Order: sequence, then structure tokens, then C-alpha cells
Amino acid sequence: MAVERFPIEASHILMFARAIGDSNLIYSDDAHAASTEVGSIIAPPTFAQASAQFDPDYFLRPKDGQKWFGSGATASGTLLKDPKESKESDEKKSGSSAGGLHAEQHFTYHRHLKPGDVLSAENKPGESWEKESKRAGVLKFSESITEYRDQNGELVVTARSVGVVTEKVIEQ
Amino acid sequence: MGLSAQELTIGDSYSEVVVEDLTRTQIVQYAGASGDYNPVHSDEKFVTEVAGYPTVFAHGMLTMGMTGRMLTNYVGDGRLTYYGVRFVNQVWPGDTLTARAEVAALREEDGETLVDLTITTTNQDEKFVLTGNATARVD
Repeated sequence: MAVERFPIEASHILMFARAIGDSNLIYSDDAHAASTEVGSIIAPPTFAQASAQFDPDYFLRPKDGQKWFGSGATASGTLLKDPKESKESDEKKSGSSAGGLHAEQHFTYHRHLKPGDVLSAENKPGESWEKESKRAGVLKFSESITEYRDQNGELVVTARSVGVVTEKVIEQ
Repeated sequence: MGLSAQELTIGDSYSEVVVEDLTRTQIVQYAGASGDYNPVHSDEKFVTEVAGYPTVFAHGMLTMGMTGRMLTNYVGDGRLTYYGVRFVNQVWPGDTLTARAEVAALREEDGETLVDLTITTTNQDEKFVLTGNATARVD
């Protein structure tokens, strides 16, 4: 995702660490962190993904004045009718209605993020490919590479993400 | 503190239960912290009636984040140089996940000693939900 300004903040790191169930004090306690080899609070290894919060166009966040595709009065705020009553409902039940799924995620750490860093992220598309699956039909994979740089222009994290759109809902 | 290369052997492993009985609330908590509000993770009406899944499911990145806790508890804080995964099965409310790392290789690169780890996370039915690799600096 392309992000001009991703400020790394202690309170955001705390909330993120809580969400992944990680009570390690390196994510919340300045005094503890100062006594460790690392020397300061750092962000958990998957924190760069939270740059979504700072992407103005991020499509998986409701935005003021725009219809959201999740439920309000009907199951989808962007379909005209309640899909239950629509003949199209079977067509809608493809994996694509969920905006695709996350297939792979890779992070290379040049250094770890800490409060006070102000990152920017540039995104470039990678390869795309298709695969046939028994459980979900044709799978369309696409790769994207995101480079996170700090306030000095130094590369700090390189992320490679692979998304997949499935032909049909994955059989359980 | 990192791991000591001298005390590591190929095949050594470390595991942790990273979540017991995953709650819908924790999934919502992750949506709020990460900024990924895809309704498939929190909106029962949308996910069953439009997306066609039996119920809401966890973000792959939540499973990667929880598995990362096992990893940093094992290799130490700030020691990872690489962490990459594939999401191989969905994670559902009520799941109990165990994350495991196994030493695959020890090597030298640019004057540093690195350990390569193979990672798996399984659910209560012993089904893989995540597979991956990580590399960390060791002493």
C-alpha cells in the first residue's frame, strides 16, 4: 500500500500488541525496554501492516460519505437489494465478494520499528499467476511489494504480500 | 537476549499455544488495531449472506501476529531479519492455535550468525493454518 506518512506511535504499538495477545513489555514499557539489548520500545514483527490506518484510499476501511460494502439494513450496503431476495445471490457468493483473501505475507527487516519513526511506503505490483484448486476452483494470485523507508530515507522493512481471489467460496 | 548458536542443533524446536478459544472480540480488536475492517472478519450478516462463509473468520495477519509472539519469545526481541508465511487454512472463532518453530539451519552471513527456522501453526484438529519461515540473528 502506498502511504505518504506512517508515524510509529507508542499507543498504536500497545493496541496492536494487545490485539495479537502479546503482553511482552518490549511493546509497552519504556523502563523495561531501556534495560534490554534493544534499548527502546519496538513494534511487533507484523506491525508494518497497520500502515493501512494511514493509507487515505485503503479500501477495507469505511469512509465518510461513501457506501460501505458491509451490512447495515441489508447484508451489503453496496448491493441494491438484499442479496437473499435477489436472483443474483448465487453469483455474489464467490470469494471475490469478500475482496479476495490473503495468501502469503513476507517481511524482511533491515531494522525494527520504534516510536518516533515516521515511515513512508511505496508499493509496486509483482507477479500474478493462476492455479486450479479442488476446494475453491480457479485461484488468481497477485503479488505486491511494499518498501517502508524511515525519515532519513533508509529502507527499514520490505514487505511482500500475495493476495488470492477464489472462483468460489472455499469448501470447509 | 538472543539464542546461542552453540546451544542450537538442527531439529531443535519450540512451541507455544498462541490463542485458546479465539473470540470474535479479539478479531474485532485486531481489525481496530491493524485498520483492516474487511466485514468478512466481523460482520456475520455480510459474511454469511454475501460472502457465503459459515461465519466470520480471523485475519490471516492476526494468525501471523500471534505466531510472531511465539517467534520473538523464542529468538528474542529485535532479532528477526525475515519472517514470511502462507495462510493455508482459515482460522475461526473458537479455534485454539499452537505455533511451532524448528531449527532448519545455522549459517554465517556478513559476519553475523543466523538461524533459519521452519514455522507451522496448527489448530485444535491438528490442521495447518499457517506455514512459513523465519531467520534471526543469534549469538
